[in-house]
Amino acid sequence: MRNFMENLITADDFAADSEFPDYAHEELEPAPSPAAADVKMAAQGVNVYYGEKQALDAISIDIHSRQITALIGPSGCGKTTFLRCLNRMNDLVESCRITGTITLDSEDIYSPDVDVVSLRAQVGMVFQKPNPFPKSVFENVAYGPRIHGFARHQDELEEIVVRSLNKAGLFDEVKDRLHDTATGLSGGQQQRLCIARAIAINPDVLLMDEPCSALDPIATARIEDLMWELKENFTIIIVTHSMQQASRVSQRTGFFHMGVLAEVGTTEQIFQNPTDPRTRDYITGRFG
Amino acid sequence: MIHSNRTRVRKRQRAEQRFRAYGVLSLLAAGSVLVFLMYTIVASGYSAFYRATVLLDVQLDAGHIDVNPPFTREALLQGRYSSLVKSALYAQFPGVTDRRERRDLARLLSPGAELVVRDYLIAHPDGIGDKVTLEVPMSSDFDQLYKQHLPRSGEHIRFTAEQLQWYDRLLEEGRIHYRFNPQFLFGGDSRYPELAGIGGAIAGSFYALLVCFLLAFPLGIAAATYLEEFAGDTRLTRIIEANINNLAAVPSVIFGLLGLAIFLNVFGLPRSTPLVGGMVLSLMTLPTIIIATRASIRSVSPGVRMAALGMGASRMQVVLHHVLPIAMPGTLTGTIIGLAQALGETAPLLMIGMVAFIANTPATPLDASAALPVQIFLWAESAERGFVEKTAAAIMVIMAFLIVMNLLAVIIRSRTQTKVE
Repeated sequence: MRNFMENLITADDFAADSEFPDYAHEELEPAPSPAAADVKMAAQGVNVYYGEKQALDAISIDIHSRQITALIGPSGCGKTTFLRCLNRMNDLVESCRITGTITLDSEDIYSPDVDVVSLRAQVGMVFQKPNPFPKSVFENVAYGPRIHGFARHQDELEEIVVRSLNKAGLFDEVKDRLHDTATGLSGGQQQRLCIARAIAINPDVLLMDEPCSALDPIATARIEDLMWELKENFTIIIVTHSMQQASRVSQRTGFFHMGVLAEVGTTEQIFQNPTDPRTRDYITGRFG
Repeated sequence: MIHSNRTRVRKRQRAEQRFRAYGVLSLLAAGSVLVFLMYTIVASGYSAFYRATVLLDVQLDAGHIDVNPPFTREALLQGRYSSLVKSALYAQFPGVTDRRERRDLARLLSPGAELVVRDYLIAHPDGIGDKVTLEVPMSSDFDQLYKQHLPRSGEHIRFTAEQLQWYDRLLEEGRIHYRFNPQFLFGGDSRYPELAGIGGAIAGSFYALLVCFLLAFPLGIAAATYLEEFAGDTRLTRIIEANINNLAAVPSVIFGLLGLAIFLNVFGLPRSTPLVGGMVLSLMTLPTIIIATRASIRSVSPGVRMAALGMGASRMQVVLHHVLPIAMPGTLTGTIIGLAQALGETAPLLMIGMVAFIANTPATPLDASAALPVQIFLWAESAERGFVEKTAAAIMVIMAFLIVMNLLAVIIRSRTQTKVE
């Protein structure tokens, strides 16, 4: 059993800088250190078919530990499909067929002896549209720890809930209405609640599928800020339509185009010196 | 140009008005039929909740009732009280001595009169030997006379001239009263209209619906959940789906025949009981519940399912923790509507023998019993004038239950709608 507590930081650790969104981080960030470049997840020649139609063609990509990897590309390019392969959400689509290998900590996640339910507990997901359960704020966050047996008693559960809400920067806003229904929160708060819910079970990897596409710029800024803090503890993969967002938050970027991974590299390199002409055209706004 | 336009506009506006008027007219037609129906039922049924009673001064003589001390409840239940009641009535009319005349006089009282005396004595065993004034029910004919449902004169007169005189004298002396009739709501059926009640039928219907709910609710939810969440879209599931929809349209008498053939003849379950009635009704309610549950499961937002699956919830946990709780209001609404339909069903209950005359209130679902719609059916067939108002009143009671159940369904639906907002 992984030590659940080791990654947790308290609200005080980052209360100071969560007040002010500060995108200057990026320039200060040194080139990925060898330790940070540990490969957390890796895809090798992944093909995805929906029935007869091939949606992804020979995708190979390394996802580095405790970094944010952004997947960008025009609509329908397969980036969300790829993201959903990483926690096997595509299993739910009956016509979907996948070949190739995807590993998490060098273990094949599509191997027959992998339990999908435990995989999804290790690879959490935040969806495009905020989708809190129609229950109280507390119950939303407590749900994961409860079904995975993380808390032995109520006190422990409350601790996890408070800590997760704190990490998602939401606790101060909702502390007086923990037992009100979560659907009454604003869109941005709901999305941060979904993040709190996902990190409450302390996954290794956090998949984010256009988490800000339904939010206004201020709520988006808060989520991006939050992602910066979360990457200290989690490996994050974000699918985004917004190139600005990818350049602001990510360390590595992969560019998808019509079902193939056209280019992958450090964010700096992709945005400043793309090698693939398709990437260059997309980034300079010639299509997309 | 402008002119022709204006005529067209006017024409269109008139057409619109006519169109609206048709709608209002059909509403009025439907509404007036409903009002007329309700009016006739209430007008002919409300008097069943009341009955005419006579005040009698009864001498509680131990010798007359043929009971020896100690006067325990069991001993008193064995007693005979009719002579006590009759002599109290004869005492009001000392002039009536002829045996035939006395027999006519006794016909003013209901056979239930002696039960009033018995119940009084059971409640007050020390009262033996006292003279008490008791209010006893009148016979159905005089009850109907009091309610002016039977004529005092004419061709089909049911009363002798003397009987009418005695009746008038009691009326003048202020001995006849018009009282609320609790026996109608709480008592069992009887051959005598003034003593008949729907308490037994209500209990029978309640037990039948309880059995129906206990069977159809879990089975319906399980079937709907499996079809919606686990079964793939195969030829087999599509055949099952079509058959469930067809089942909801099968005439109810066929379910009754099925119950007769299988539950009674093959399984040998007891005839005329709410248990079998409920089982037959559950066959009818099941499709309604399955269809309603499937619809509400389908309307659960996929986001909630995705969220739970993405957290590492198993499919069973997704269903039990999220989908079913969210779908529950829709399921409950469908269930209540299904049960309301079942409450009004007569034909399947006739098939399994719930049509028998049963005067007792069932204590368990395994006792033979009447049911509300069947009781209405039985009374509607009876020749006595007294049962006409009972039939209408029983319809009022069953309609009250239906309205309450449908209101409940509406309340559940609107509650959850505001919650989602």
